Amino acid sequence: MTTIFGVPTAALYGQLLIGLINGSFYALLSLGLAVIFGMLHVINFAHGALYMLGAFTAWLALTKLGINYWAALVLAPIAVALLGVVIERTTLKRLAGLDPLYGLLLTFGLSLVIEGMFRHWYGSSGQPYSPPPQLQGGVNLGFMFLPIYRGWVVVASVVVCFATWFIIERTRLGAYLRAATENPALVQAFGINVPLLVTLTYAGGVALAGFAGVLAAPIYQVSPLMGSNLIIVVFAVVVVGGMGSIMGAIVTGYMLGVLEGLTKVYYPQASAIVIFVVMAIVLLVRPAGLFGRGE
Amino acid sequence: MTATTVSAGPAGVRTNSETWGRFSAAGLVVLLLVAPLGIYPVFLMKLMCFALFAAAFNLLIGYVGLLSFGHAAFFGTGAYVSAHAAKVWHLDPLLCVVLGAVAGGFLGVLVGYLAIKRKGIYFSMITLALSQMVFFIALQAPFTGGEDGIQGVPRGMLFGVLDLNKPMAMYGFVLVLFLFGMFALWRIVNSPFGQILKAIREHEPRAISLGYDVQRYKLIAFTISAALAGMAGGAKSLVFQLASLTDITWQMSGEVVLITLLGGIGTMLGPVVGALIVVTLENYLAAMDFPVTVLIGAIFVACVLLFRRGVVGEIEHALRKRA
Repeated sequence: MTTIFGVPTAALYGQLLIGLINGSFYALLSLGLAVIFGMLHVINFAHGALYMLGAFTAWLALTKLGINYWAALVLAPIAVALLGVVIERTTLKRLAGLDPLYGLLLTFGLSLVIEGMFRHWYGSSGQPYSPPPQLQGGVNLGFMFLPIYRGWVVVASVVVCFATWFIIERTRLGAYLRAATENPALVQAFGINVPLLVTLTYAGGVALAGFAGVLAAPIYQVSPLMGSNLIIVVFAVVVVGGMGSIMGAIVTGYMLGVLEGLTKVYYPQASAIVIFVVMAIVLLVRPAGLFGRGE
Repeated sequence: MTATTVSAGPAGVRTNSETWGRFSAAGLVVLLLVAPLGIYPVFLMKLMCFALFAAAFNLLIGYVGLLSFGHAAFFGTGAYVSAHAAKVWHLDPLLCVVLGAVAGGFLGVLVGYLAIKRKGIYFSMITLALSQMVFFIALQAPFTGGEDGIQGVPRGMLFGVLDLNKPMAMYGFVLVLFLFGMFALWRIVNSPFGQILKAIREHEPRAISLGYDVQRYKLIAFTISAALAGMAGGAKSLVFQLASLTDITWQMSGEVVLITLLGGIGTMLGPVVGALIVVTLENYLAAMDFPVTVLIGAIFVACVLLFRRGVVGEIEHALRKRA
């Protein structure tokens, strides 16, 4: 059996794939956080809860209404986005102009409410959600066995991340968004509906979380606490990448996911904390983050 | 959080609120001396531990403007170290609590050094992430007992003579620790050092331009806050004879934020009032079928949207308006 640094290559590739999958979720979530932060200057603590909500929507849609995976992949993010519109219009909007820490506290409270309700209704244990029939099984790539669904997750997340980047950096709507991030008053004066843009941005950001939730449903079990543990890691990813750049958020997400996978192969005890250690090192060497522009 | 924090008003008003402050502090001490006659002492001790924890946290958010979202790391570390010292090393209870404070303070230097490199929201995220790292270490480290925690911690004999297994003796011990912590915080806040902290909160660039080494002040404040949080954790582990993972989770960090926000950020008595409300609520809800986290979350949202000054802050604001 071939080995690399004493580890069988099959195990290495397997963990790399898991790392890439975790990285996909880090990238999708930190991307959403960065988009929201750029426009609202709010760190959306509820992001993890909304990711969980995406997964639960897919699971409920399948078990209660018989809506399949592919429809859920579209419908769940829309449902989460609609909830995002409600959250932004009824609560976050009223905090505009205050210290951004209040946004963090408010969304933290919201995430407690959402998670608490789902825990009350469905308990802490996970619900299984099987992947759609088209994506079941796997292929043998010669050097490793690739479950098709896992490959799909990586491809789907890359496509969605790239699409988000494209919308923000290369379209007219994205140009409005970027302009409104720089100077909302001036953009408003040009006759662009900035409050609507803000709402759309928040809805779009949380839709990404909802989408990630649906993708995650067949891989991790659907449980009320699936988001809250993930979101703290994503915060560390965001600190490492810096929230100044869209591409930075994406690249850092995948990079740290892969690094975490590698740690699992070579030093499993540290795999839970490796991202936090990287964050500490980045803070020492480059406090603004790898892609950050300072404050 | 400059929007809510209470800065000193005109000279006359300040004297007024200072008298009021002393009066209410004396009232609090009398209340705590009489309370165990009518109220279950363990409840009061829990209240004092959380009030001290929140007051330590309040030193950062209220007087330096730094929102730490990872204070459970210090509280939990204090609890673990005190419990270990009491159970394995059989040290004097006071020494156990002191060791808990030292451990909390030491961890505070490390976390604080990294966290103060960034400001605002980033500071909060960094403290949260680092405290999660401490959580994972506590989960895996051999001496913390993993999921079980350290159970059956002996309360011991204070100075070898006073048996802390008697509820009233333990109550007195915790009361002294609590009053010591609160007095220390009151002294710090009202010292020249505290004035500089407030100056940093109000306008950091100006404090820098006046020649203050802002980073050093922040780090010192962070360390003091962490040490007192560790002390509160240590006292808690002796009261409940238990140090567990609950003490070190991010939910605990969130709870201390809520206690302080609810009571009043930047007020001396706010954390005490906040702890009273939250601990009482949790005691009542524990017996009911209503999910506690939902209510805590809802209170969070209501606080942020409706009364950002908190209970004590709103009262002080009303008094100042009248004066």
